[in-house]
Amino acid sequence: MTKDTSIKEQIVKTVLTIFALSSLLFLFLIFIFILIEGSPLFIKVGLKNIILGFKWAPTKGSFGIFPMIISSFLVTFGALVIGAPLGLSCAIYLSEYSGKRLKMILKPALELLAGIPSVVYGFLGVIYIVPIIRNYLGGSGFSLLSTSIVLGIMILPTIISISFDSLVSVPRSYREGSYAMGATKWQTIYKIVVPSARSGILASFILGMGRAIGETMAVIMIAGNALKIPMNITDPLRTLTGNIALELAYATGDHRLGLFSTGIVLLVIIMALNYMANFGIKRRS
Amino acid sequence: MRINPRFTNRFMEILLNTQAFFTVGILVIIVAIILVKGIGNINLEFIFSFPEDMGRHGGIYPTIIGTIMLAILSIIFATPLGVGTAIFLTEYTKESIFTKIIRFGVESLAGIPSILYGLFGFIFFVIKLKMGWSILSGVLTITIMILPTIIRTSEEAIKAVPKNVRFVSYSLGATKWETVTKVVLPSAAPGILTGIMLSVGRVVGETAAVIFTMGSSLRLPTSIMDSGRTMAVHFYILAREGISMEKAYATALILVLSILLINIIAYYIMSRVISKYS
Repeated sequence: MTKDTSIKEQIVKTVLTIFALSSLLFLFLIFIFILIEGSPLFIKVGLKNIILGFKWAPTKGSFGIFPMIISSFLVTFGALVIGAPLGLSCAIYLSEYSGKRLKMILKPALELLAGIPSVVYGFLGVIYIVPIIRNYLGGSGFSLLSTSIVLGIMILPTIISISFDSLVSVPRSYREGSYAMGATKWQTIYKIVVPSARSGILASFILGMGRAIGETMAVIMIAGNALKIPMNITDPLRTLTGNIALELAYATGDHRLGLFSTGIVLLVIIMALNYMANFGIKRRS
Repeated sequence: MRINPRFTNRFMEILLNTQAFFTVGILVIIVAIILVKGIGNINLEFIFSFPEDMGRHGGIYPTIIGTIMLAILSIIFATPLGVGTAIFLTEYTKESIFTKIIRFGVESLAGIPSILYGLFGFIFFVIKLKMGWSILSGVLTITIMILPTIIRTSEEAIKAVPKNVRFVSYSLGATKWETVTKVVLPSAAPGILTGIMLSVGRVVGETAAVIFTMGSSLRLPTSIMDSGRTMAVHFYILAREGISMEKAYATALILVLSILLINIIAYYIMSRVISKYS
């Protein structure tokens, strides 16, 4: 190797190292800037008054986001109640029951549908789901239930795709062993296949939760955005993400800082969920 | 009474079948509704004319241009960064604490929801760096957002290139960089392209991160310092402010069709790669 090429190799390696570090730099910048903007208010108003406060009146010095934290968790839980059984059933069907040809069509079709923008889901929710809830269950229709339904449908592709991958990776010999003991197909699925794939299935639920809790525009359209804890599935609610997106465009001063405080809380919840999901995936592999 | 396992088996099979078809049915119905309601309002004029009266009349031409500018520029920024990172992780280092930290960074970025990218882009690019609501602010924010996808798919594509190919290249006296650029990258190119196409699909459908960085001006952007509106943002505003249902459905149809088309191209490239290597 001549000296020229070794210098060139060295430059290439340095540049690539810098590129690789850029992701860390971006992550750092995102954290720092959201923290810098959001944390002064935690000191000024008090952590407790923000996280456990009930009143959000940012122009009058009240920055309580407790109802929004609860609401975010409620819609996420609701989305999971609707999306998890449907998604898991679909994944089990695809991996255990469907023929090869059907699988070849359905799997990519579901992945393509994952690309439908969330605003479209929100819009269709407003047009088709909100009136049904309003007519049959009362209230305005913009509610915990309608938001959960829309988010539940939205996280289906995530849950199906990841659960399917983990179900498929359960070795064939496990199934054959179970059949050899005289178990039926359902007994095999229920007692052998699903338990073997549980960490991947769990990860798919957690990633689905991550998507539901982070979803913004669809939620704003359908949740009603009321500033209180919903006591009923037909009550409207406002999530953490919704709070940021609804007010960011015009907020100034402390009001804007309050939105960044909301962002910090959201960031902490999301990071915890991601950590749990990664933990689940790593345990599988 | 003990339930007959054969009965349970049959019952569960039917239940799972029904649920699976119900699930797929919902997703198919969503596309069908958009198609049926939107198709009557789409014509060339809708695509190539300017919106009038906030979008109540006219077309969506500036939003198509805004979307294309945002997508292309973000890809131009994110591709070298992402592919470079992937090359570094696969070819230039061994697994170590350093690569673990970088992977942790990439995974964390992938998990951050788009509204937080919007929040960050707004405070950092729009306010602190004084770029204002502009295509540039949008592009830089979106670049960071799609970076993890490009890194992951590129890494997978590069890893799939057989080791022997590299050994042959080295044995012919090629340097590492020559091997990477002349041997590894050409083989990995389709896989990398798949990741890029999937990212484009995500950019086209993105709203939260775009609306707070690029703004929502309906004028045709003439430079990257202009504010602009993407199709997704336009659709959101049409639908949320109830400006026009017909125009909203038509915009949604163009939006969904372009994303489906982009994703189909991505999966087509991917399936070609899979059949080549298996």
